[in-house]
Amino acid sequence: MLSNIPILSSITFLPLFGALIILLTCSDDEQGGKNSKFVALWTSLITFILSLFVLFNFDNDLNNFQFIEKVSWIPLSNVSYHMGVDGISLPFVMLSTFLIPVCILASFKSIKKQVPLFMSLFLILEVLMVGTFCAMDILVFYIFFEAVLIPMFLIIGIWGGVRRVYSAFKFFLYTLLGSVLMLIAIFYIFSKTGTTEINEVAKFSFPYEVQILLFLAFFASFSVKLPMWPVHTWLPDAHVEAPTAGSVILAGVLLKMGGYGFLRFSIPMFPDASIFFAPFIFVLSVIAIIYTSLVALVQNDMKKMIAYSSVAHMGFVTIGAFSFTNEGLAGSVYQMVSHGLISGALFLCVGIVYDRLHTREINAYGGVTDVMPNFAFFFMFMMLASVGLPGTSGFVGELLVLVGIWKTYPIVAIFCATGLILGAIYMLWLYRRVMFGKAVKEEIVSLEKLSQREIIIFVPITALIFIFGIYATPLLDITQLSINNIIDITEFHQNKNTVSQIATLKD
Amino acid sequence: MVYLIVFLPLLGSIIAGFWGRRLGDKLSLYLTSTLLLISMTLSWITFWQLSSNHVDKVYPLMEWMNVGDFNVVWSLRHDMLSAVMMIVITTVSAMVHIYSIGYMSHDNSKPRFMSYLSLFTFAMLMLVTSDNLIQLFFGWEGVGLASYLLIGFWYHKPSAHTAAMKAFIVNRVGDFGFILGIIAIYSVFGSLYFDEIFSDVEGLHKLSIVILGFKINVIELIAILLFIGAMGKSAQIGLHTWLPDAMEGPTPVSALIHAATMVTAGVFLVCRMSPLLEFAPFALNVITIVGAMTAIFAATIGLTQFDIKRVIAYSTCSQLGYMFFAAGVSAYPASMFHLTTHAFFKALLFLGAGSVIHAMSDEQDMRKMGGIWKKIPITYALMWVGSLALAGIPFFAGYYSKDLILEAAWAASSNSGYFAFWLGCLAAFLTAFYSWRLLLLTFHGNFNSSKEVLDHVHESPFVMLIPLFVLALGAIFSGWYFYNDFVGYNWKEFWGNSIFISEKHKAFKLAHYVPLWVKYLPIFLAILGILCAYLFYVLNPNLPKILSKQFSPIYNLFFNKWYFDELYDYLFVKSFIKFGNFFWKKGDEGTIDRFGPNGISKLVKNISSKSIIIQSGYIYHYAFAMLIGLVVLITWLLLDYGI
Repeated sequence: MLSNIPILSSITFLPLFGALIILLTCSDDEQGGKNSKFVALWTSLITFILSLFVLFNFDNDLNNFQFIEKVSWIPLSNVSYHMGVDGISLPFVMLSTFLIPVCILASFKSIKKQVPLFMSLFLILEVLMVGTFCAMDILVFYIFFEAVLIPMFLIIGIWGGVRRVYSAFKFFLYTLLGSVLMLIAIFYIFSKTGTTEINEVAKFSFPYEVQILLFLAFFASFSVKLPMWPVHTWLPDAHVEAPTAGSVILAGVLLKMGGYGFLRFSIPMFPDASIFFAPFIFVLSVIAIIYTSLVALVQNDMKKMIAYSSVAHMGFVTIGAFSFTNEGLAGSVYQMVSHGLISGALFLCVGIVYDRLHTREINAYGGVTDVMPNFAFFFMFMMLASVGLPGTSGFVGELLVLVGIWKTYPIVAIFCATGLILGAIYMLWLYRRVMFGKAVKEEIVSLEKLSQREIIIFVPITALIFIFGIYATPLLDITQLSINNIIDITEFHQNKNTVSQIATLKD
Repeated sequence: MVYLIVFLPLLGSIIAGFWGRRLGDKLSLYLTSTLLLISMTLSWITFWQLSSNHVDKVYPLMEWMNVGDFNVVWSLRHDMLSAVMMIVITTVSAMVHIYSIGYMSHDNSKPRFMSYLSLFTFAMLMLVTSDNLIQLFFGWEGVGLASYLLIGFWYHKPSAHTAAMKAFIVNRVGDFGFILGIIAIYSVFGSLYFDEIFSDVEGLHKLSIVILGFKINVIELIAILLFIGAMGKSAQIGLHTWLPDAMEGPTPVSALIHAATMVTAGVFLVCRMSPLLEFAPFALNVITIVGAMTAIFAATIGLTQFDIKRVIAYSTCSQLGYMFFAAGVSAYPASMFHLTTHAFFKALLFLGAGSVIHAMSDEQDMRKMGGIWKKIPITYALMWVGSLALAGIPFFAGYYSKDLILEAAWAASSNSGYFAFWLGCLAAFLTAFYSWRLLLLTFHGNFNSSKEVLDHVHESPFVMLIPLFVLALGAIFSGWYFYNDFVGYNWKEFWGNSIFISEKHKAFKLAHYVPLWVKYLPIFLAILGILCAYLFYVLNPNLPKILSKQFSPIYNLFFNKWYFDELYDYLFVKSFIKFGNFFWKKGDEGTIDRFGPNGISKLVKNISSKSIIIQSGYIYHYAFAMLIGLVVLITWLLLDYGI
């Protein structure tokens, strides 16, 4: 029954419908703003419920893409609008549809100007994010993947802080370079294979030298998105200037597109190159973990600190992905989902106090616990999740990554684990400076408690982080088969390489 | 029943934590305490059951994670080691809960306090009943969290939340080793369950691994990594700096977490892993030496401190050292025995000190006390009991366990064993000395504070004294009561499979057959220590001052805690911040941004502003450019055709 309804397209394009309604009917005044908020909220909630259908009907034991839809798009060149989800994309689809209503609800009070436009941009953002994760055709993927930049660029550029224009351009400049190279690579792939179907391309094996170049072209795009050291410097600026909801989506979903790209394209399509570049990626990731943790330590701006911590946490993602072990890859996906929730929630926490005090300077705070006890609880929980305390989802992801990498390179695991110490240092210090102490400053004493709406925002995220922390099996089961596929490919190529090495030795 | 023991405290914690304000102070206080009392009763019952029928059991809860072979299930393991820990934890915890009803009576957030205490108890129980290493790590970090929350309970005080943060971070350094150890175990054994690991150790103990070109025996590596974790939690030398600062927390917390239970988690871990450690002789030597050094090092600092709680904290540190070197010479039962007796008498000492502090209107400096024994005779008597047990005076609890540890160290007849024995003996002397220094400074001599404080000095209410009596019973009788089971000739039958000692390591067996002087030396030294303290602080009160002036470098070294804090501040805190600033300013902004996005946009701007010059509008400019172009074109054509 369900298979007849194009459910993925419904999830993808329902928000677009909502966005159109808002743009056509809601005027840019108070009433229009109010209407647009509710249209946006309901649209995104219905989208989320629809995506739950996909989740519950997803068959963990079926080793293939599911809910497939295919319509010929450019018949001449075999490009088709082709959608489907597997174990790797489903968690990200769910993450996107879950975070959008949260963001919309979080922006109810903090966005003052051009509300209908803001709301419709968020819905469009949802369209593009879900589209990115569902696309089964490289070109369709590319279009969604790049188009995401546009609403994000506008969100930072219109509702951002003082240096919003600089940040928005920096953001754009970085990502542009990567996307040009990726596009060239896609054309090359098409000219060689005659198809842009992800599944078909993955079956094609490119010569070694070509793989290296193609890998680098894709890497240019994904490493900026993730971001990896040293192309991470756009992230702190973008976060600092973006409005709260923008930061949540940026950290929660957009960064994951890079990691998703590695898992979906780089590793399965260019396995030899991935094996070749793995040590290089480990070096960059370890630098990212240690370097950005130390930089996070000295930040005075809360958002900047959390942005830098994101770079460090993403280091775990790449290390896990390129460990080519079952645990490492599962940990990589798990870490992405978990970081999406945790860092999203941390940005919400910053947003809560920013809305009240209009500063992100850590030194402007102190003793907030006294006046906002409920907030203290949520912030504490998120902080602990961020440092990977067992019982939160952060722990599971980091643990699995460490287990995976220890199997191949124990030394990388040792460096990687220092992130656990450094992470604790800067997060605890942040919490201490903001929350502890006696509330003496007048503006702190007069802070408002969390409103009903704000509590409603936090409860589901907190619950998810906790449940994923003590019961990881469901999410791991979803990803298991798709990860096995990747491992099969890389193992095959690793063996092939050793065989050929032995052969050359014999010669 | 085991389910109830573990989860009743959690229930109490959740109720008091989330609905405490609605329930009111009284209800949350009584509710959490009652649940803990039930939990305590049940754990004694299960302990007696287990010691008669010897049936180890694992109670499964639910799956946690499952990736390929990496499989973790939440479950509760009930064997002798966890049963012993359970009675220690629940008993001390129940007493501390009851004591807190009185001690925290002036505090504004009692439900929060009780919630944290119960949360701690739950996490600690999860730790000791774990069947696999990951769940153990859950409990391990859980107690760390509770400790963080409780040290920083009075979060208005800067010193309190600094100490809380320090405790968490120093523990994290230990956990870094611990988690790597766990992962290494998994990579070697392919399992995280104790039974499966231990059954494979013998076949794998020669395996090695190459890290950075060094060939390292894997079992030794694992043992060292796990021990780093244990050092952090149990405040062994190097990672001890958080424990004295942790005294910023309310005194009941110090008694429960920083004396009786949490800090012994490291010792528990070492005993739990005994089947693995037995195949790591090098690691055992390291444990012995680190333990012995901590025992003496902490005792020397304890001599010079004036804060009543800090003296006891250093004493805890030192006693933990004893437990470790006992484990290091493979006398695990002796280590567990000392852990148990120590829990009782140290909790007693802390709660007694709390009673003193309570009476002294929150004064902790011993220099401002003195001569108050008549006003608080019950507390005074109970402190005597605690100190006698700590010093190892015959027939009190500490006597049985500490002597046995020293005998085992001697009987190990290895270099590290003798090292531990002699340092341990010296530490025994110092222990007695600083214990009586504490008693004499606090209760005897002249009162050194204002009259108002003196008038206010009063004996604590019954709700605080009853727990003290219970713990005093433990401090007097626990040694005698447990001796036969824990370390007597039937120890193997009693501990069952939970502790393993290799046939090669005979220290524990031979501990009962040491020369007489080895048996009597510690007692003699302890009594000497008491006499010295009497000489220093009653007969000739000027002596300490003269000596501290005479030997001022040594005194300063001890008084300033061997400058560990200053060293770490210089090595880590300052340099981390320096590096962070360097990477940020020079790395991100100075290099990446300068040559990256900012550089490119500048370059584009420069090029475009230069290219503007070309479009000058003068005909001769264009003609000249055309001419150059023509020349280049012709040259290229000529070259290309090879003419």
